[in-house]
Amino acid sequence: MPTITEKDRKTIQEWFQKLRDPVRLVVFTQEYECEFCEETRQIAEELAALSDRVAVEVHDFVADADVAQQYGVDKIPAIAIVGARDYGVLSYGFPGGYEFTSLIEDMIDVSTGEHGLSEATMQQLARLDQPAHIQVFITPT
Amino acid sequence: MVEAIEFPHLANKYQVFGVPLTVINETIRVEGAVPEARLVQELMRVMEKEKPGEAAWHG
Repeated sequence: MPTITEKDRKTIQEWFQKLRDPVRLVVFTQEYECEFCEETRQIAEELAALSDRVAVEVHDFVADADVAQQYGVDKIPAIAIVGARDYGVLSYGFPGGYEFTSLIEDMIDVSTGEHGLSEATMQQLARLDQPAHIQVFITPT
Repeated sequence: MVEAIEFPHLANKYQVFGVPLTVINETIRVEGAVPEARLVQELMRVMEKEKPGEAAWHG
């Protein structure tokens, strides 16, 4: 049974009109999928079915440990949201509730390469001389 | 983005009592949805920290 409702599919397809470059959802799960792993893979596959600009790639976290390392994935379920290049955008856990909208917005951002940050922010970030790892903790509701 | 409920060990490690909670380079905590300028201000503090592992959570 699809996770995304018919009504939501139409809305998402409208949002996906904004996509420019192809987007890859690189999903990490494991052979015996935990509940959230399976749901995460399914929702990624359903999203990919809604646009020819969206592709899904499923990896086993254990068997494909080298790929997980490449994307900086250290736990599952995980989705790396990859555009023309890998911007390091990762979603950990089942992307439901508010997180679902965030996932779709992230897909549009990596596809268009537009971050929406202000000029002042960009000037600050230009001074950054070392990597910054940002974890945003959220809940589905 | 990290779903706090599915990763309770991380929610515990980073003392996630409310969301959103932003953790930058393990040491900088930003609670709540803050304006972009504030987040960048906090982010730029990564350059101040020579030994991030030794910084206190609450300080």
